[in-house]
Amino acid sequence: MAKKPLLEFTDKGIYCAQGKFYIDPWKPVDDAVITHAHADHAYVGHKNYLAHHLSREVLYYRLGDINLRTIEYGETINKNGVDITLYPAGHVIGSAQIKVEYKGEIWVVSGDYKTDDDGISTPFEPVQCHHFISECTFGMPVYKWKPQSEIFTDVNNWWHNNLQNGMATVIVGYSLGKAQRILQNIDLGNGKVFTHGVIENTNEALRRNGVVLNPTTRITADTPKEEVRKGIILAPPSSVGTPWMRKFGPYSFGYCSGWMALRGAKRRRAADRGFIMSDHADWDGLISAIDATGCESVYLTHGYTATFTRYLNEIGFDAHEVHTLYGGEEEENPNIPGGEPLDEIENKKVSPTGGDSEGAAI
Amino acid sequence: MKAFAQLFLSLDETNKTNEKVKVLKDYFNCVPDTDKMQMLALFTGRKPKRIINSTNVRHWAIEASNIPSWLFEESYHVVGDLAETMALLMPESSQSSNKTLTEWIAELNALGDKTEEERKQWLLDSWAMLDSQERFVFNKLLTGSFRVGVSQNLVVKALADITKLDAATITHRIMGNWMPDTYTYEQLIQESGAADDISRPYPFFLAYPIQETSEKRKSAEEIESALGDASEWQAEWKWDGIRAQMIKREGKIFIWSRGEDLSTDKFPELHPFLNALPDGTVIDGEILSFQNGLPMPFNVLQTRIGRKNLSKRILEESPVAVIAYDCLEYNGEDIRTKTQSERRTILEDLQAETPYPEVFRISALIKFANWTALETIREQSRAMIAEGIMLKRKNATYQVGRRRGDWWKWKIDPLSVDAVMIYAQKGHGRRADLYTDYTFAVWDGDKLVPFAKAYSGLTDAEINKVDYFIKRNTLEKFGPVRTVKPELVFEIGFEGINRSTRHKSGIALRFPRILRWRHDKPKEEADTLDNLKALLGD
Repeated sequence: MAKKPLLEFTDKGIYCAQGKFYIDPWKPVDDAVITHAHADHAYVGHKNYLAHHLSREVLYYRLGDINLRTIEYGETINKNGVDITLYPAGHVIGSAQIKVEYKGEIWVVSGDYKTDDDGISTPFEPVQCHHFISECTFGMPVYKWKPQSEIFTDVNNWWHNNLQNGMATVIVGYSLGKAQRILQNIDLGNGKVFTHGVIENTNEALRRNGVVLNPTTRITADTPKEEVRKGIILAPPSSVGTPWMRKFGPYSFGYCSGWMALRGAKRRRAADRGFIMSDHADWDGLISAIDATGCESVYLTHGYTATFTRYLNEIGFDAHEVHTLYGGEEEENPNIPGGEPLDEIENKKVSPTGGDSEGAAI
Repeated sequence: MKAFAQLFLSLDETNKTNEKVKVLKDYFNCVPDTDKMQMLALFTGRKPKRIINSTNVRHWAIEASNIPSWLFEESYHVVGDLAETMALLMPESSQSSNKTLTEWIAELNALGDKTEEERKQWLLDSWAMLDSQERFVFNKLLTGSFRVGVSQNLVVKALADITKLDAATITHRIMGNWMPDTYTYEQLIQESGAADDISRPYPFFLAYPIQETSEKRKSAEEIESALGDASEWQAEWKWDGIRAQMIKREGKIFIWSRGEDLSTDKFPELHPFLNALPDGTVIDGEILSFQNGLPMPFNVLQTRIGRKNLSKRILEESPVAVIAYDCLEYNGEDIRTKTQSERRTILEDLQAETPYPEVFRISALIKFANWTALETIREQSRAMIAEGIMLKRKNATYQVGRRRGDWWKWKIDPLSVDAVMIYAQKGHGRRADLYTDYTFAVWDGDKLVPFAKAYSGLTDAEINKVDYFIKRNTLEKFGPVRTVKPELVFEIGFEGINRSTRHKSGIALRFPRILRWRHDKPKEEADTLDNLKALLGD
């Protein structure tokens, strides 16, 4: 009889039977190990949570009073004889890959990750393993990111031009991840940063966690409009086109997302400027990350899974498509009734394309 | 080419009309005159010749990208634009090039005499010296699919600002059969029109719809309050054929379709009457198939459009005639500024003199006492094989393009059925990577029979919801097409219905589109093929 694998894909999430815990489960369980605090990975309703300590305050802010234990990168804890170690995933502040080891068999769950250093999240570190469970949100060869410095040169020039033309500047990105990445990398010599409440709540949670962020000013009913128009407004996707945003007009609105790589997606968003900036690995990043693990087999959980799996198999990997709710298709589409409030959702969830899970099944 | 690539990028980076005009002016101000004319040709739909066949372009692009061809195809489905897909997949360029747009197009045209091997080498070398944005516009030149998100009106406005000529003059001068290598910028902007080409048509005057959708039906009272006294208006049937301009100048004849295609040879039946017209005459009218003095449905005409050779049989089965609407030039004089009534008198006189009254017909005026009476007459449109009624203000000049005010089209409500979506395919451009192209079916017994494809009619929010449904309810995949669980019901509108031997359902629709999503209807309550066939009216 074939040995049961250490991790299996169940209808509640990724499960370790030996250790009796789940990783990023989407249905209530006793023990959940959480890769990062985005809503499609950190659900409410579990009895016990384990996560990286930089996810602590954001998890409390988003999920309320949960029973949470946090640990450092590189720190190992043992659950029912199974070793669990966290490694940086480079996706957002506090995001972790989870290494699971039992009797020499090693699995790594990537969660979401990117291979480029964004200057704010602890950079991605490849971990040697037998089995690697990877995302592939941008697993198509048309997605290739430019170095971050080039992107921010464009952002800064755009902001500068807006100031000269008497336009306000609104830059849109997700409240956990993109917002802080923008905040820490733009040229503050141009002016002050004003934040939408949803982003500022996340910033405050991170500051409570000891993260040092550049100064921001929360926009309230009393914030003088003329002041705001001289700075840059950091806003979540849900605020696009709302009366809240319109009152700062005339403005130029820039959208930061990996989906901006395609003209069609950019035109659908009707943004004045699309900045191709993603917290996920691009095509080359995914392949190099998978290769660097030295894994025997790789499982693709979300994104362009069918295409990417086929390609990996052709170039010599043992790749499998699996069906999960990550990058969830219900979140990819902001117009689905009963979906999560947009401001709490991370980028792939409001993607115009979302990566098609192509009927993936285990 | 750098300036041209930047033009594209800058146009993409703004949604505001004024900024687009500024971007266009910046371009005109910084490039040589020859580039201005090349750009103008491309932006007004004058496609470059396809020197390299597109299968080869695709093959060589796959080679340059160093990926398997299936992955190239998958990428194309995601991107929804071939030129963009190729630009994104190729490795970054190692060199750069300062060649102008004109120089690139000249090189491309010179490939006509080269061997396939030489063409390939030229293409690979070219790609290697263009950055991603330049490559994108370059690929657009290669593939000949040059749709820009900028209306011709904006280009004209930018040129008018720069040259201090008025927009209508420029619109007129960029019409017709010119090529950027022979028509110079100097000729375009000179003060008098002396160098005008004798084949050049006038810009068409187009009517605005009175009601945008069938739900917002206008009453006679509303029309009265919007358009005023009925006696100030002339009414005609709105014919469904090919809108055309027919020119007789210096003993030569030219027939232009509204898409600015020179189609003189496609309508030999019209030549005798055109040759009989006095020199210096331009007529605006509709070309339709006629039999026994009656217009035939559009699908009859459709069978001969697009044919290279008109066989004797086609000419017999689908003989055409013109229903004339207007006269734009008479005795060599541009009479567009005369009133509608004055032009009508001239047109009637011309028609009265023709030896070919069966071919040179005139659009009859509808007599009506008031708007209520006209509303009743409009109900006969379908029986007249017309799409509705045209209203023209009696003192209107003949204007340029689609304008509100003096010409209105008052179409009849479309026919409609409730149908079930059964297939879906991804769209292109703005709709890339979203399922937006659907096939609809009606019941034939307990089977669903496909009868129409439709691409438009839903809002962006609805498209997102339908896309979401399709991705979760796919039964089978055939290449890019998905078979979808039959569940969603839509009301499909169309202008006409005819028998067809080419379609499984036995019918063909004219202008099918989605009128609305019938959330309230289960699939069992969709219409039947018999319901559809009852609309055939024969």
